[in-house]
Amino acid sequence: MANGVMTQTQHIPFLAQKGLKSWILTTDHKRIGILYLITISFFFLIAGLTALGMRYELMTPELDFFRNPTEYNVAFTLHGSLMVFFFIVPGIAASFGNFLIPLMIGARDVAFPRINLLSFWIYLVGTAILLYALMQPADTGWTFYTPYSIQTGTKVIMITLGVFVLGFSSILTGMNFIVTIHKLRAPGMTWSRLPLFIWASYATAILQLLATPVVGITLLLLIAERAFDIGFFDPAKGGDPILFQNFFWFYSHPAVYIMVIPAFGIISEIIPVFARKPIFGYKAIAYSSFAIAIISFFVWLHHMFVSGISETAAAIFSFLTMLVAIPTAVKVFNWTATLYKGSIEFHSSMLYALSFIVLFTIGGLTGVYLGALAVDVHLHDTYFIVAHMHYVMIGGTVMGFFGALHFWYQKWFGKVFNELIAKISWFLVFAGFNVTFFPQFFMGFQGMPRRYATYPVEYESYHALSTYGSWILGVGVLIMTVNLILPLMKKGQPESPNPYGSLSLEWQVPSPPPHENFDEIPTVTDWTYAYGKK
Amino acid sequence: MSAHNHTEEHHTGIRVYAAVCLALFVLTGVTVYVAKFDFGDMNIVVAMLVASIKASIVALYFMHLKFEDRLTWIYALYPLFLLFLLIGFTIMETFTRVPVIK
Repeated sequence: MANGVMTQTQHIPFLAQKGLKSWILTTDHKRIGILYLITISFFFLIAGLTALGMRYELMTPELDFFRNPTEYNVAFTLHGSLMVFFFIVPGIAASFGNFLIPLMIGARDVAFPRINLLSFWIYLVGTAILLYALMQPADTGWTFYTPYSIQTGTKVIMITLGVFVLGFSSILTGMNFIVTIHKLRAPGMTWSRLPLFIWASYATAILQLLATPVVGITLLLLIAERAFDIGFFDPAKGGDPILFQNFFWFYSHPAVYIMVIPAFGIISEIIPVFARKPIFGYKAIAYSSFAIAIISFFVWLHHMFVSGISETAAAIFSFLTMLVAIPTAVKVFNWTATLYKGSIEFHSSMLYALSFIVLFTIGGLTGVYLGALAVDVHLHDTYFIVAHMHYVMIGGTVMGFFGALHFWYQKWFGKVFNELIAKISWFLVFAGFNVTFFPQFFMGFQGMPRRYATYPVEYESYHALSTYGSWILGVGVLIMTVNLILPLMKKGQPESPNPYGSLSLEWQVPSPPPHENFDEIPTVTDWTYAYGKK
Repeated sequence: MSAHNHTEEHHTGIRVYAAVCLALFVLTGVTVYVAKFDFGDMNIVVAMLVASIKASIVALYFMHLKFEDRLTWIYALYPLFLLFLLIGFTIMETFTRVPVIK
């Protein structure tokens, strides 16, 4: 923004107020963002530890870490459910969305601050139900597929109830962000000047608002079938197990984009700042988020190619699946074109952004493999799928999340982390991730099925390599966490409120921003990405 | 703020709300009454038709959709399109399955 750094006459940082009440009853979007950040990070840690446990088990072909296969099943159910529903789905959208959206559009808060707090408390109720469910966890996997989820003796109802409650938090957050972006933009903040993170958040909010109710109803039907023996999905009672998959994936495929589109927005913010160039293809990136949001509703059947669906439907959805690659590729090409002839600075957040481009491209392209019917028959439910989805979710969303943490850290907390250690931890995360998941493509191609605690000895070297990689990844995340937490305990302020020379509005206020963000609502006079034009 | 006033001035009075309420009671009676007849495969269609009319007038008057701008209409109607998509493709998939040879 070409307005220069704004002065704040009474700059009281939003973090200044102390006491438990100031946190649990806060309606400040920045504080609510922190509450989400702490909660999702907690679940990321728990889910990460279950993953390390699974990888340790898989180091050898025999069952030696868990006492029986059911315990292993419980571990991957926990890992998947926590990561998907409690970390990645609310992840960037709720934490960074809350922190950044009002700041970026020049607003004092979101449109409905109390509903925003309500969303967080509903999220906490969902997590409380889930934590209770963890005492007797389910073994269905995070997809809760019928008929197994109806027949298993483990406690499916509590975990699905937790996810059901969480859905309301997601819906309210999405609604709040849509209204905020429509109604609270500062004067001059036209749609064609909006930061791309806002475009991405808007597309995500649409998905949250419109897709989430479907999974809520689906899980309610599952609960009704288990609790009251109503035959929605059990063929013996006149139901259809494929119906569950239809309903589940009608939400859960768009949910993949709820998870990853906010990361697209983050990458679009980081790259032009550290390439010192205007973003290439602004409109194409902005509109492609919407194209992805729309097309994502048309592809859900590609998760069910081997479930016994009709060949006609499979052929149609295979074609539709290929379409989603187009807007995604538009983004990747535009980010790459932004880098071209840029004056690139390899800040730790930029390293995460560049990692995102590489890893997400691998994840996306392997998704195109899986969208092809004949190939999917061979690769379905193998480690190829595991590698593909982790390249999208960790290589995409989590890399974006880590990049955002490093990029907006100074702004959010008013502290400075050690950049050298940040780069070391990035290297360990990047290397560890690839050592963990790249061998899984080969394993999957050779037929190693997922969700098995034991396996033929032929796969042992791949599995061992993958486990070593998980340790490197774990060490990298640990170092990164310590590097980001330690400065919070020390005194000190960043030298400048805008150390990276960003033109976006949030960088024009002090670090950390004051309560209600701006003394006066700013008037926006220029494009957010006009780097090198001044 | 102007949009809010615009909406407020169109909030219909007690008479319309009472008429809508009456219509809902009447349609509930219709739901019960038509349930006494067997329309065969059309049973569900008839029941859903009456229910849809009831839902529509609730959305239009009690939820003020009738007085909202185009954007709100888009957000209200797009889920119906998604519902059509979900049901349409699911039915298409079911009816194009090749029967299992016994």
